[in-house]
Amino acid sequence: MSAPFTPVLPGSANPGAPAPSTPRNVPQKGGEANPSAAAIAAKFGALFVRSEVIWGETNVYIQPKGVSEIVRWLHDDPTQQYDYLSDVTAVEFRDPEQAIEVVWHLRSLPFRRFLRLKTELDKRAPLAVDSVWPIYKGANWLERECYDMFGITFTGHPDLRRILMWESYREGFPLRKDFPLRGRFSRAEQLRQALSITTEGRYSMEELSVAQAFEDLPEDMRRRLAGGERTGE
Amino acid sequence: MGLSHVSPTSTTFGPPQQESWVATRLDFLVNWSRSKSLWPMPFGTACCAIEFMATAATRFDLARFGMERMSFSPRQADVLICAGRVPFKLAPVLRRIWQQMPQPKWAISMGACASSGGMFDNYAVVQGIDTIIPVDVYVPGCPPRPEGLLYGIMMLQEKVMREKMSDTTIRNEMEPDPESGLYIPASRIDELSEPFGNSIHQTRSAL
Repeated sequence: MSAPFTPVLPGSANPGAPAPSTPRNVPQKGGEANPSAAAIAAKFGALFVRSEVIWGETNVYIQPKGVSEIVRWLHDDPTQQYDYLSDVTAVEFRDPEQAIEVVWHLRSLPFRRFLRLKTELDKRAPLAVDSVWPIYKGANWLERECYDMFGITFTGHPDLRRILMWESYREGFPLRKDFPLRGRFSRAEQLRQALSITTEGRYSMEELSVAQAFEDLPEDMRRRLAGGERTGE
Repeated sequence: MGLSHVSPTSTTFGPPQQESWVATRLDFLVNWSRSKSLWPMPFGTACCAIEFMATAATRFDLARFGMERMSFSPRQADVLICAGRVPFKLAPVLRRIWQQMPQPKWAISMGACASSGGMFDNYAVVQGIDTIIPVDVYVPGCPPRPEGLLYGIMMLQEKVMREKMSDTTIRNEMEPDPESGLYIPASRIDELSEPFGNSIHQTRSAL
């Protein structure tokens, strides 16, 4: 069995630090940077690109090939302890030459720190970046959503498929700037494709969570489910 | 006994001083009982469902119309109330729920999004659920106030009261085209969901 749950108290890593308060008069640029930015620059010199402080929050730009290594270090190192991944998303800009940014929002509860990690992916090359799923299990659906909306491949993700749009969706990636707002097909064609979705088609008994309780089911129900019967038909 | 005081001008026909009885049309009796006990199947997907809940609660009291029994199983439902936007991913689900409902059945499209797609003229939202299921009453509004929904329900009751048992086609199940799954022509759907108003300028987000 795993160890008993021990809660992480905010700010527990430096108990003498002043209590958090609402920041006042935050400048748009500049100000006090998150010390993790300098630590990344010192430790990963070649993988670090630049860092900036916007509205009091620190953005760190890193090379795409360093994502897995740096996030692993931020999570594991006792001087960082980024134990919470808030969000994984991407930003595309109107300028077709400008790279797509993939953004990770990391939070360190013991140090009360917030760090925004960014990497830039060239649009002319296949959009691929390392998955952080081995480090944060919560990245699973966040990366699936990012793949669904932007078409960014997260290598190492265990189950990278669409999450919001259906799996047979063929019109592309809706949040890309070259995607028409109303979609690529006519309304009738969109409706025809949507009505042909088999909503339960993807999942087998083994994949559904009820499969874990399979042995507890009555004998006749087990026999029927094992024979391929779908419930609710 | 109350019956002994029936005045001669009463519309109740029958010999006085006997068991009371009523003669009426069978149409009227069936339609009256149907329209006064419509069981709704709430298909709430957005803010319209909040207004629908308010309609069902004490202040507006849907129970006055015999509809207080929400049927969360389509098998025991009479009227499907689609409250909110329906994305394309939900289209086969809505179609399936409609097909699971036994006859007689009716549908109310509540709010702008369910009726026409509303402000969501984008890649993900069905432009009107009448492209998926047949709709009896459209309730406009974003979202409609409970009075609006009640007015729509009363219109549906009026529609039920006008049904005739001699009309055998009225209970026919809608048969979609087996190839495309659509039950109205594709050209008609495209025509219904053409961009209008401000959205004709929003066909592309950039470039």
